[in-house]
Amino acid sequence: MAVEKLSTRHLLGIKDINRNDIELILETADHFKGVINRTIKKVPSLRDITIANIFFENSTRTKLSFELAEKRLSADVVNFAASSSSVSKGETLIDTVNNILAMKVDMVVMRHPYAGAGQFLSKHIKAQIINAGDGAHEHPTQALLDAFSIRQRLGDVAGKKVVIVGDILHSRVAISNILCLQKLGAEVMVCGPTTLIPKHIESLGVKVEHNLIKALNWCDVANMLRIQLERQDIKYFPSLREYAMMYGLNKQILDNLDKEIIVMHPGPINRGVEITSDVADSKQSIILEQVENGVAVRMAVLYLLAAQND
Amino acid sequence: MQKRTLLDGQKFQITIKRLCHQLIENHNDFSNTVLIGIQPRGSYFADRVKHELSEVLKKSVIQKGNLDITFFRDDFRRKDGIVSANSNTIDFIIEGKNVILIDDVLWTGRTIRAALDALLAYGRPAKVELLVLIDRRFSRHVPIEPDYIGLQVDTLVSQQVRVSWKETEGEDKVILISESNK
Repeated sequence: MAVEKLSTRHLLGIKDINRNDIELILETADHFKGVINRTIKKVPSLRDITIANIFFENSTRTKLSFELAEKRLSADVVNFAASSSSVSKGETLIDTVNNILAMKVDMVVMRHPYAGAGQFLSKHIKAQIINAGDGAHEHPTQALLDAFSIRQRLGDVAGKKVVIVGDILHSRVAISNILCLQKLGAEVMVCGPTTLIPKHIESLGVKVEHNLIKALNWCDVANMLRIQLERQDIKYFPSLREYAMMYGLNKQILDNLDKEIIVMHPGPINRGVEITSDVADSKQSIILEQVENGVAVRMAVLYLLAAQND
Repeated sequence: MQKRTLLDGQKFQITIKRLCHQLIENHNDFSNTVLIGIQPRGSYFADRVKHELSEVLKKSVIQKGNLDITFFRDDFRRKDGIVSANSNTIDFIIEGKNVILIDDVLWTGRTIRAALDALLAYGRPAKVELLVLIDRRFSRHVPIEPDYIGLQVDTLVSQQVRVSWKETEGEDKVILISESNK
């Protein structure tokens, strides 16, 4: 019975955790996957913990997934959406969160449009912070569940080749995925139009490819990202239609590859842009498995972080 | 550190045989009874009990599962770090069945309390009984007592009882470990 713990009190980004932490989270998630497939999907581990889900940005999957994970661990949950709150009356982030914490909340799950919002908060308040996406910076739980899904399908992440296709420039999923996959020993490539690939991204140790077919022929796993129009202040490519022709994945491309690859997508999908319907719904797509695994991985993160509390 | 052997050799084998015969007295041919070993060490014991029962009853379909109680422990967040989880393998329905919970050592009873909690996630058994190889008596924190006991021993809190199995450690043996030379 090995006693293990994470090296961190908060989960702000993959950058701050090490390979042991990631492996501990994935192993714990394996057990929680067993739990959520039972008739009674609930365990009492977090029954003395209150968690606030604070979302300053829209979310469907992540919010639902966190809430389900919290409830299946028996935590008490309060939800907060910025659009329907006093934030619109001019309250600052610290004030909002401190007010919530005054109601005795132990953990905060936060999504925020600004990079580093989680770090900022962790320096000013006592509760444990889990970053559920901060601007174009990090989205650690997505990267963990992606790694978990790859491991589940291919047996291991180490030695695998993963290409991330699309809007790398605005993607927190891309950054967290690159860091997480590399820490687990995978090779990572990014693929997209020059304008959507950040300059100097090679310094992270990733390959850069602008030709989709070449990238797909290289990889074992293709992670297709959405074009984040809401974050694009200028035009990065002539039209969505042209983007779809150059970088959209369709069944014909998939069938003409030398080997069978796995297709992933963090959602929400723009069908017909980065991925066509027949690919999204094909056998090679593990998009819905990612969603299922998301709950188990988030349970593992919450459970392991709660154990740190002293 | 002092070590004293509590049980080994022929006496160990006779103890397990006796426990199996006691089980058969109450559960006949095990058609409505299942064995559940508590992870990790209780599952080795449950394997042995299943093996012995199969030999005596000349029957090979006694159902046995493993139950992990990690997420149901009552000491979560009360000590440094957490105990890593083990797998649950219960491939049958326990609803309406007689369940024999099996663990190697019964001490404070907290593990069994958690196991009863964890077991309910799989359904409502008709009856739950407890089988332990070693009962460290007079040391319970909760009102839980075993139905079948291999050996009762009197121990100090500072002492440790360790059961080793032929399959995993190469020898069937129970030892009592005392810190220093008190």
